[in-house]
Amino acid sequence: MSLQQLTVSAPRVDLRTEPRPMRIVIIATALIFLTVFVVLPLAVVFAQAFSRGVSAYVAALSDPEALSAIRLTLLVATISVGSNLVFGVMAAWAIAKFDFSGKTFLITLVDLPFSVSPVISGLVFVLLFGAQGYFGPWLQGHDIHVLFAVPGITLATIFVTFPFVARALIPLMQEQGTQEEEAAISLGASGLQTFFRVTLPNIKWGLLYGVLLCNARAMGEFGAVSVVSGHIRGETNTMPLLVEILYNEYQFVSSFAIASLLAMLALVTLVAKTVLERRLDEGQLLRDD
Amino acid sequence: MTIELKHIVKKFGAFTALDGVDLKVADGELLALLGPSGSGKTTLLRIIAGLDWPDAGEVSFNGENALAQGAGERHVGFVFQHYALFRHMTVFENIAFGLRVQPRAIRKNEAGIRARVKELLDLVQLGWLSDRYPNQLSGGQRQRIALARALAIEPRILLLDEPFGALDAKVRKELRQWLRSLHSEISVTSIFVTHDQEEALEVANRVVVMDRGRIVQIGTPSEVYDNPATAFVHGFIGESIVLPVEVSQGCVRLGGRPLLDISADGAACGASKLFIRRHDMQVGPAGSGSLEGTVAHVRSFGPVQRAEVALCAGEGKTVIEIDAPRDRALQAGDLIGLQPRRYRIFAAQD
Repeated sequence: MSLQQLTVSAPRVDLRTEPRPMRIVIIATALIFLTVFVVLPLAVVFAQAFSRGVSAYVAALSDPEALSAIRLTLLVATISVGSNLVFGVMAAWAIAKFDFSGKTFLITLVDLPFSVSPVISGLVFVLLFGAQGYFGPWLQGHDIHVLFAVPGITLATIFVTFPFVARALIPLMQEQGTQEEEAAISLGASGLQTFFRVTLPNIKWGLLYGVLLCNARAMGEFGAVSVVSGHIRGETNTMPLLVEILYNEYQFVSSFAIASLLAMLALVTLVAKTVLERRLDEGQLLRDD
Repeated sequence: MTIELKHIVKKFGAFTALDGVDLKVADGELLALLGPSGSGKTTLLRIIAGLDWPDAGEVSFNGENALAQGAGERHVGFVFQHYALFRHMTVFENIAFGLRVQPRAIRKNEAGIRARVKELLDLVQLGWLSDRYPNQLSGGQRQRIALARALAIEPRILLLDEPFGALDAKVRKELRQWLRSLHSEISVTSIFVTHDQEEALEVANRVVVMDRGRIVQIGTPSEVYDNPATAFVHGFIGESIVLPVEVSQGCVRLGGRPLLDISADGAACGASKLFIRRHDMQVGPAGSGSLEGTVAHVRSFGPVQRAEVALCAGEGKTVIEIDAPRDRALQAGDLIGLQPRRYRIFAAQD
């Protein structure tokens, strides 16, 4: 009997999939769950934002308070992402490419903001820079405003978003090892040349990925910023804070209009993240050896 | 460029990778560092390159202290075991890298760089690959590009870490010959690390055998093959038959039976090991040699036939493999006599 006959006469049991009813149940459960917890809330945001028409939506967004919140959010996010880009790359570079004592401790420190409640992160800065804080009197004496001003909001955001870039890079850089850097050094490249010509091009997709997540969190951060902001209208309200204030004042259209901007940021982030993840996977495949 | 190493010691935590290594390399030499994995050969190579630093000892190039210089200042070409080509650069840019990162004062202009890269691509006979990326190349091609990249900076010394380790057997053979002819063409002082004794013996002018962080023998390929300094070298280089023997009063005994015609001269009394090369075992009729055995199995290939012989000596069954010329008829079940033409005796604990 030939092999072909054997396979034809054998009953067709595809071991790779569940029986049909089981598949339907599983897929339906997943879909219902997704609809209730993700799609519906997102739809509600946009439905509420446009509930009084496009003109009300545009008016809500062009309100001076809203514009100020958007400007502040963009400013804070730019500074936080920028500084975390530099810090994150430096931390990841040190951790992944060098051996030194205290390395485990440094990794723990990098992760700290992930495990601390954002409210605590905000409070820390109140304790440091508040009127009764360690640096408070000195700052007041020199008329420098940190708390309830842009510097405080930025500091809190930087703290909360610190791990994203470093965390995205450390595993990637560890996996790539140090051989290419050693090759560059032995070919006469300086440390900086090695970093900019060899290390950075190899991590660019991972870096972009970290920046993206860092940015999403920086723009969306509520807890830590809420503690240090002081909620001065038109001055220290970021977009998430303004959403809450407007909501509490029953200004649903304005509140959801701003919320819709944050939701769109989330969607853009998701798409970009998917694209980047694909790039990263290709990057892994491309690695020689 | 001559290289001199004096009493190099390198420890990784509790592990001693190099335990007092002294070595002199003459100008233009092609030297092999040969040893099993963990013998410290790669660490030694990395120390010469400046990629690792010794805990103690001296490294000098042409009498000049090299430890005062960083890896980039030593003008050493290093070829990594896994090539370490820059994955995001084309072959051309990989080779050009060392030229592009030179200080502005001595850097070639673009035309000069192009000319030099082209020259190197021609040298490694891979000019047609200049626009490819490393992941589009075969192992042998990557290896040659890595070599071209290392040569771009006109290194005073060329170091190669397991240059053929990751390649298949046929490509290895080709690259060995190619490396040897390349060396005679450019005649730069070169050191390569290998765990493959055949590779070391075939390519190098001189072989340095290492074991557990120490150099156990330095010599030409024929010296280390014909006159191994220790039991380790004898066992590591070339395939050997090793028999546990007892030396007492000038007499060598295997399993209590004295072995005639094998002199113990020079060997210390006590438990020892008798080393014989497979092809140094002469086959004769039963009773003709100092050893006797039954042929268990014969395989014929190439110029020799390899026979498994169960020795009639000692209490247990000792099975050895010998190489006999093919014109000597051997069959399973034959009782044969064996006489070593050449042999060495080393103390057992050595």
